[in-house]
Amino acid sequence: MTTTLSPAPPKATAPGTSKEPIKERLAPYAYIAPFFVIFGVFGLVPLLFTFYVSLFDWNPIGDHVFIGLDNFRRLLDDPRFYNAVRNTFSIWLLSTIPELLIALGLAHLLNHVRLKWAVFFRMSMLVPYITSVAATAIVFLQLFDRDYGLLNWLLGQVGIGPIDFVQSTWGSHVLIAVMVAWRWTGYNTLLYLASLQAVPREIYEAAAVDGAGSWAQFRRITIPSLRPVIVFTIVTSTIGGLQIFTEPLLLSQSAPLTCGPVRQCQTLTLFLYEQGFGQFQFGYGAAIGVALFVLVVAFAGLNFFLSTRGRTDK
Amino acid sequence: MKVRTIERVRWWTYAGLGLAALISLFPLYWMFVVSTSDTAAARQQPPAVVPGGNFLHLATTVFETVPFLRALLNSLIVAVSIGVGQALLCSLAGFAFAKLRFRGRNTLFLLVVLTMTVPTQLSIIPQYMIISKLSWVDTLQALIVPGLASAFGIFWMRQHLATTISDELLQAARIDGATTWQVFWRIAFPLVRPAAFVLGLLGFVTAWNDFLWPFVVLKSPEMYTAQIAIKALQNNYDVDLGLAMSGSFLATIPMLILFVFVGRRMVAGIMDGAFKG
Repeated sequence: MTTTLSPAPPKATAPGTSKEPIKERLAPYAYIAPFFVIFGVFGLVPLLFTFYVSLFDWNPIGDHVFIGLDNFRRLLDDPRFYNAVRNTFSIWLLSTIPELLIALGLAHLLNHVRLKWAVFFRMSMLVPYITSVAATAIVFLQLFDRDYGLLNWLLGQVGIGPIDFVQSTWGSHVLIAVMVAWRWTGYNTLLYLASLQAVPREIYEAAAVDGAGSWAQFRRITIPSLRPVIVFTIVTSTIGGLQIFTEPLLLSQSAPLTCGPVRQCQTLTLFLYEQGFGQFQFGYGAAIGVALFVLVVAFAGLNFFLSTRGRTDK
Repeated sequence: MKVRTIERVRWWTYAGLGLAALISLFPLYWMFVVSTSDTAAARQQPPAVVPGGNFLHLATTVFETVPFLRALLNSLIVAVSIGVGQALLCSLAGFAFAKLRFRGRNTLFLLVVLTMTVPTQLSIIPQYMIISKLSWVDTLQALIVPGLASAFGIFWMRQHLATTISDELLQAARIDGATTWQVFWRIAFPLVRPAAFVLGLLGFVTAWNDFLWPFVVLKSPEMYTAQIAIKALQNNYDVDLGLAMSGSFLATIPMLILFVFVGRRMVAGIMDGAFKG
């Protein structure tokens, strides 16, 4: 994470003395103020207010009554909560691990000086990123459809299936994970590739001369030099992946807010939305938000810790 | 004896990358195929893999079922406002953090970086309460204004301003009597305009594709963005299999056209981001 605050603080152009007119001295604050105002009103205040609302029985058009920690007691007794936690982590694992591994491999393949059509490969991999989540969900639902989907037809040709990717628990998790991974693999590939290109080519050449094959080069050079960006992608995909919402919402047409009749793929954010905006229980919904916050912070921190550990082996 | 060889590109490199390109592009092709097929063609086994002649019929139905043209326009208004707004506001703040000296600068910048790690989706309930206090429910500014704050954008622009603009240049302008604003607007901003353009582009694409927040805030069909209109079309899934697909395709076309023209710069921009080295 050495890049976070680099380069070193530059020399200032304004002397910052009191001889300057007041307008000039306030200019820097005016330039950064819009961000802090907007983030304050729409980011920080709502976050703090989530904690506050979670202590109430809060009906948006009726009363709100202070009930202390009752929402959290209720949450910890709610099997729907544990179900949502399980689903969220299952989908996160199924999407993130293949996504980052494939991105690593692709970045390694793209990092050839003599590669032809390099621009085409890079651009085509970014196409999923500019496709919206909603459009992605619609097209993958069709491709994975039980009765008319291309995938099940292909599987049928080799005697498998048909698989119901929407109604079954693991099937729906796989389908959502495929949607997520499809959209983000290319983006992560480009991040990895950028880091790889900063590695001096001579290192690879020297390794090749010393008889290191492709796989050895990948393990000994590629992976270690990518460590900071790998940590970054793991942490960001944790923060994003645990808040997954749109894909599960669009999955089930019969019961969108629960992602199916038995909540087989209802994620935490979807559960939050269902309680808050479907059942109008703002207090309970906010309590789910607090739980999600704790999980995201803890899990992102854990992943950061695990992926940075071992840096001291030098 | 020194032997300098650059390894030849093996066939399986092309096979792997070709497969990745195919998987990346195929769903979009499929979206196009289904949005040109009638329901019978979309339901035949094996599925039809070439476009049919039903595109105009389906597209017309899309525009009749929901106010789709209005939705595209709403998306455009929101995405352009956010793209342009982010490019300007983040350049300005990035300039202050990179090139101006003021009390609390480093602490404030650290704060900006820290806000990137705050998961914001989980506060949608209070966010909605604030929007309704402002009487912004079912309006486009409810989407635009919160989207203007981008910590990532400030971080990114600061990086570019710090590395591309020399302090001597700004010093010289100062000595000539330029105010801080003139230094920014006449000298610094023109020099980092390419980076600001890519930032605005990324903001534009993200805003165009955003779903959860518009889904919470927008109520009436005339205010829908394209993504929410797709969801509304999906509710008519039983009527016509291709309808949601056609809407998805129509909402993706503007992005694809944009991508043809500026895709290279987006790729370069993402690769030139905060993580080089």
